[in-house]
Order: sequence, then structure tokens, then C-alpha cells
Amino acid sequence: MPDDNAAILSQSRNARHDALPDFRNLGVIARTLLAVNFAAAAAAATDAHSLAQFAAQATDLAALVEPALLAALVVLYAASPLLARIPYYAGVAFVFGTAALAAVAVETVFGAYAINYDPARMPRTLAFALAVALILIGYFRLRGLAYSPALAEARLQALQARIRPHFLFNSLNAVLALIRTDARQAENALENLAELYRRLMADNRGLTQLADEIELTREYLNLEHLRLGERLQVNWRVDETALDGQVPALMLQPLVENAVYHGVEPGAGPGAIDIEIARDGDRLHLRLTNPFHPEYQYRQGNRMALANIRERLMLHFDVEASLATEVADGAFVMRIDLPYRPAA
Amino acid sequence: MNAPAPAPLRVFIVDDEAPARERMKALLGDLAAELPNTVVGEAANGVEGLARIVEARPDVALVDVQMPQMGGMEFARHLSAAAQPAAVIFVTAHDQYAIEAFDVNALDYLLKPVRATRLAAALRKAATAGPTPRAALERVAERRRHLAANERGRVLLIPIETILYLKAELKYVTVRTAERELLVDESLSQLEQEFADLFVRVHRSCLVAKRAIKGFERAAEADGEGAGWSVLVDGCEERLPVSRRQWPVVKSLAG
Repeated sequence: MPDDNAAILSQSRNARHDALPDFRNLGVIARTLLAVNFAAAAAAATDAHSLAQFAAQATDLAALVEPALLAALVVLYAASPLLARIPYYAGVAFVFGTAALAAVAVETVFGAYAINYDPARMPRTLAFALAVALILIGYFRLRGLAYSPALAEARLQALQARIRPHFLFNSLNAVLALIRTDARQAENALENLAELYRRLMADNRGLTQLADEIELTREYLNLEHLRLGERLQVNWRVDETALDGQVPALMLQPLVENAVYHGVEPGAGPGAIDIEIARDGDRLHLRLTNPFHPEYQYRQGNRMALANIRERLMLHFDVEASLATEVADGAFVMRIDLPYRPAA
Repeated sequence: MNAPAPAPLRVFIVDDEAPARERMKALLGDLAAELPNTVVGEAANGVEGLARIVEARPDVALVDVQMPQMGGMEFARHLSAAAQPAAVIFVTAHDQYAIEAFDVNALDYLLKPVRATRLAAALRKAATAGPTPRAALERVAERRRHLAANERGRVLLIPIETILYLKAELKYVTVRTAERELLVDESLSQLEQEFADLFVRVHRSCLVAKRAIKGFERAAEADGEGAGWSVLVDGCEERLPVSRRQWPVVKSLAG
């Protein structure tokens, strides 16, 4: 995905934080729901003189606010791909329009059916909807600003997650041994190594196709096979329908490298790594299993790589992704759940 | 010019990666003309290395640092038990911790990928300086997972977790496991330091594995100090007297 990366690079300076939030993200939806309901409660509280009155006001307001809010969210959810394409200010106008329209529509319905409808409510409701929309857009913009250094940081972390020097030097050593005995295999290995490092040195801040991540990981494993031989056994189980899903660049390879370093290298006999990738509707599940060697836990780096990948998952998917690990039956098991989003 | 050719340098290779051993042998072959040498044996980890080194009788051991079962540092520390002093040259790909340890203790090491010229220099130095002193190897701070005893010329490895107690006896330390008793050439205070979390000193000359303490018994007379306490050890009949000085420490473990 070099083009995607270039695009991200070119807009990273200014355009990146001037973007509307992804209205399909659970975190964004939850924050919007909370903020609007809080604002409604606050509005009810300013009008009320007693607790009973507050409760009555809040119920009345909720009857008005909830349908408008849900309608607006549904519209924004549906329009999310469009909003990602149009300029920022057009998007902002769209959001204001949606909020105003939802408020007017709900008030109109009330006006038609309610007894003693007070026509003076309409402008107040409209003002409330626009004010809440303004506050939320401001909030998400600020949040974007706060996270854009984090996005640059993500690149740094991707760099840190890169292949250990330990691997590079051992691989070079193995290739040097091959040159005399099997020049063709040595050529192959160096090509693999070059390809691997080309991809590792690309801009890895963005998302990439799962298929690419798998290919990178296979290239890496070919090199490890060279020096570890029969000790390294890898079982892949990949759901073909998951391959076009988008995942953070350099998510899989560092995890598999961890599995080799902590699970296979410390064992004198063969050690098996199981990699399972499955898709369940709009969710991707990744499961990585490797032998667990408690006596080698002093080997550093495991937790750092995991924390790094967890952080990048959060940056890209917020609360919709998770990473969990456990030790079960002498094996180290790591699970990642994330939303399945095919490339547009 | 008329001097007889010196005996070739006997080299032993320990590395868990087969290509790395092949590479080392190829380099040694290249150097043979200027520095006669012969590979007398090889092994894929420290345990295998200790089993084979006695027969191989090398002058020099080229030892990888990161290996399964037993790494290069522990292997080097057990060489004295093999009664097989050799010049040890460590080999590592990239292990900052190991390199620092070697630098501090003035031990020789090579970085992978190894260059022929560096290897030649290290071998020449080893040939003139002779075996690496035991003291230098002992200072390489890596926690061992075994103690090594020499039994009729063979190295016997005792996993630390099988040891019930250690008792100082003149120059040696007796190691007691559930099955047997062995002598190791070690110092008790050094062992106490190395395995402080696993063993407790119950007496001037005795360390007991904390996990093996079954209970305590009031002894009639211990060590001429009058009535005292003894430790009951799980897995053997013996009762080990606790000195008055150590009793508070030992007792606190029971709680």
C-alpha cells in the first residue's frame, strides 16, 4: 500500500487533524451519545426549581432529544464514507444540517400530535441542537489535534517494533554459511532479506491489507527456517475471506518474531507456532500460539512489543479492537480481535 | 625454519544453529594454512558441549552465547568441573548484556557474522595465553540452572531445582538431592549469593532449599550450643541443625 502511505504522509502536517471523526466507530458513537444526553440533562436542570420538576423536564426533553439524536446518528453513520471524501468544512456544514434537520423534524412531529404545543419551542430546540453539534465538532477536532502527534508517534513505535538486530546478524551469518554450499539458496535468502527490510523501512503508520502482512511474515519465516531448520514449525490456518481486511502495518510480523524468539529458540527440540486468522462477519480474529518457556522469561522485549501493538490497535480502532494473552497448557496464546474493514 | 611444525590448535565449536557451525568450520579451514587448526568436536548446546568436551580435549572453545537448554555463559562456568580447561571465546550476534559482561571481565568475544581476520586474532591470542582463568569465567554474571560435578571424568549436571541442601566440607561443597550426594568444587558463600531467593543459610556451613523445608524439630543438643532447632527436609531423613544466629531468619520462612 505505498500509495496510501504517501497520501497519509502528505496530509499528515495539517489536513490530518482537520477531519471529522469516523461516525462508524463505536468510540465516537458512544462519546456523542454521552455528550448529548449530558447536555440535555444540563438543560433540564437549568429550567427546574425542584428535583421533581427536574425529573419531569428531563423525561420531556429525553422524549424529544433521543429520537432526534438517533436519527442524526443514523444519517451520519450512513454518510460516513461520503464525509471522509468531501472537504472538512463541507463535512461540518453537513453535520450542522443533519442536527438542525433532525431537531426540526422531531419538533414538527410533536407540533402535529401534542396538545397545547408551544410554537416558541422550535427555535430553542434548534439552538440546542446546533450548540451541541458545535461543541462536539470542536471536541473531536481538538481530540484529532491531540492524537496527530500520537500518529507520528505510531510510526516511531512501528520502527521500534521492527526486527531485532539479533535476527539480522544471525540471518546474515546463516547466509554467509550458505554461500559456499548452496549459492542459489543464498541468493534466495538475500533477496528475501532485502525485500523484508524494504517493507520494514517503508512508512508503516497506516493500515495495510492483511494479505500483505501475511506475505511479509512468510518471508521473515523463510529466513528463520534457514538458521533454525527443523526446530521451527509453523502451522498457518488462514480464512481466505479475511485477506482483504485492513490491519495496522507491521502488526503480524513482530508478533511472530516474538513467538520465534520466546517460543522456539529456547527449545532444543522442534517448537510449533500456530497462526490462525478467521473472519466472523465484520470481525477479524487472530490467534497466535507458541510454546511457553517460563525459565526463559528473562529474555526481554516481549511485553514491549505487545504494548506497542496494543497501542497502535487502539489508535486505529479505539475500543473496537482488543489484544489479550494467556498461558494455557504450556503454551503462550495471544488473541487479537479487530473490526473487518476491507480496503475501499 | 627447521623447528617442527607446532601441533594444530584443537578447536571445539558450540552453537545451536547448524549454519553457524558450518560457517565457523569454513572459516577455520581458510585459516588452516597460516594458523594450523583442527576441529575436534562440536555441540548444539551447553549440555551437549559438556558431555563431549572431555573426549575432545580442545585448546580453544568457540561458544555461542544464546542457546537452548544451556547457554554459553553457563557452559563456560562448568568447564572447570569437566577438568577440561580451555581458552573460551564467546560468539554472539547481538546481546548487549553479554557484551558488557565480557568487556568488564576482559573475556574474548566475537560478533556474528564472524570475520576471518578477527577469528585468527582471537585464536592466536588464545594459543599464546592458554586456558581462560576460572575466576574470569565465574565473574560472568548469569544465573546458572545447574551445578556441575565431576564423576570419574564425566560431567554430571545437577538441576538447581532438584537440590535439597548444600553443605560446605573442607574445600568442596556436598550437594544433596533426593537420590544422591555429590561433591562440587564451589564456594558456599558464592552459591548463597547466586541463589539467594531459593536457599536459606541455616548454619555456618549449610544452605537449605526453601521449598524443601518440611518443618522444624526441637533438638536435644545441636552443635554443642545446647538445645536448639533442626530443619526437617522433604525427601531425606536427615535433620539439619539451625544455628542460634540463623534461627530468626529460618523461622520467618516457616510463617
